[in-house]
Amino acid sequence: MLRNLLAGLTRSLESLGATSRFLGRLIIYTPGALLRVNLIVEQVYNTGTLSLVIIMLSGLFVGMVLGLQGFQLLQRFGSEEALGSASAIGLVRELSPVITALLFAGRAGTALASEIGLMRATDQLSAMEMMAVDPVKRVIVPRFLGGVIAMPLLVAIFSVIGIYGAQLVGVQIMGVDSGSFWSQMQASVELRDIREGIVKSGVFGVACSLIAVYEGYHSTPTAEGVGLATTRTVVTSAVVVLFLDYLITAMFL
Amino acid sequence: MNQSAAIVEISKLDYTVGGRSVFDGLDIEIPLGRVTAIMGPSGTGKTTLLRLITGQVQADRGSIRVAGEDLGALSRSGLYVLRRRMGMLFQNGALLTDLSVFENVAFPLREHTNLPERLIRQLVLTKLQAVGLRGAAGLMPAELSGGMGRRVALARAIVMDPEILIYDEPFVGLDPISMGVIVRLIRRLNDALGLTSIVVSHDVQEISTVADLVYLLSGGKVVAQGTPQQLKSYPSEIVRQFMGGLADGPVPFHFPAPDYFGELLARDGEP
Repeated sequence: MLRNLLAGLTRSLESLGATSRFLGRLIIYTPGALLRVNLIVEQVYNTGTLSLVIIMLSGLFVGMVLGLQGFQLLQRFGSEEALGSASAIGLVRELSPVITALLFAGRAGTALASEIGLMRATDQLSAMEMMAVDPVKRVIVPRFLGGVIAMPLLVAIFSVIGIYGAQLVGVQIMGVDSGSFWSQMQASVELRDIREGIVKSGVFGVACSLIAVYEGYHSTPTAEGVGLATTRTVVTSAVVVLFLDYLITAMFL
Repeated sequence: MNQSAAIVEISKLDYTVGGRSVFDGLDIEIPLGRVTAIMGPSGTGKTTLLRLITGQVQADRGSIRVAGEDLGALSRSGLYVLRRRMGMLFQNGALLTDLSVFENVAFPLREHTNLPERLIRQLVLTKLQAVGLRGAAGLMPAELSGGMGRRVALARAIVMDPEILIYDEPFVGLDPISMGVIVRLIRRLNDALGLTSIVVSHDVQEISTVADLVYLLSGGKVVAQGTPQQLKSYPSEIVRQFMGGLADGPVPFHFPAPDYFGELLARDGEP
């Protein structure tokens, strides 16, 4: 039992090491990849633009729930006007980065992992190697960078729509005063709140994209292997995002 | 065959996978400018041999020299430079599924050269014309039949004007017409472009019409070599079994198994 536990620990440490080395390789290739802007733009479109609908819809609903719950709670203390600042801080610092990252892993991460896994299974990556094209440079790095760029943008959009959703419920339906909703928000949201959100979205972007391309690139080239890689992408991303979220939040206190 | 005429020289090659010896002292010389076939029963490591020749995997012992370069001594970038002089046709074509037929063929040009668009267009269209698929330039790989996909892959393999063209099982799963087309293309491209072709296959009929030289592998060694005609009358049991397509012989029909009746009569759960 203890031995199994130890073996499991060693295995996860090993895969952490392998992933870090893979990240190092991606970073080394990044300057070269940045010269080929259109490859990256294409991937920002695939991971970012195509995730817009799910991000915007989720942002709206999360904001609306926040408006409803926040209103109920704040009303008990007679401070409904604080709804603006409460929902904005909650969204910018916490909810937007985390929920966006989880949705990103489910929508874009799985697409990346299965696409790359299938490219391996159908010899497309080997074919590139035979054409003297490094698949890590040509396929992996642009997809990784596309995800890293798309995530903060998606998080920002999530926040904006979320705040609109909170406003929709709080002000339009529940009748919180519009002036105090916005002015309280303006007075209480500080630069460091925004900074925390930006740092989180950046870190989550790197983590989710890295996990997706790593799992895809190292998947077993069979139908089962690609399926497994896709599943692992979502599971690992979710755990890693929530863990990193705690770390970063603690750092910013 | 003198030394200088060989473009690929493999000597005393040992290669082991997962404790199982695939090649054990393999010696092969592939002459310049000819179509050489590597044949053998399934599982003799024909595809592995291609991976070794192209440097996708490393040999345990022995040397592989391709176009004068020792693969074992080459760095990663050196290997990439060498690979630009090779073209390879994968078993399933391995076209990039997110690019059109035209873009697939243009892919190596776009990656390795800075040619103007007009020239790229001309090169791609000539290569597609050579495989008879200029009309399919706008299609996506998913819209092609298996044989057409392989021809597009062939156009892509020759677009950089390689010196060596490698075919991995080019006849598998093709209808007789497509098969005939591929056979003709292998011969024609080899002679027209001055290539050296290496064809890995187990289709005796097709290989006999196209190959200049055949190596027959079995059990990690070359068991016979010569022209297809010579092989047909080769005085060896295994060569006769393979060339004649006999079910049983030195290569047994049965996978190694315990005694048949013993296993049938054994009680449940007992091996």
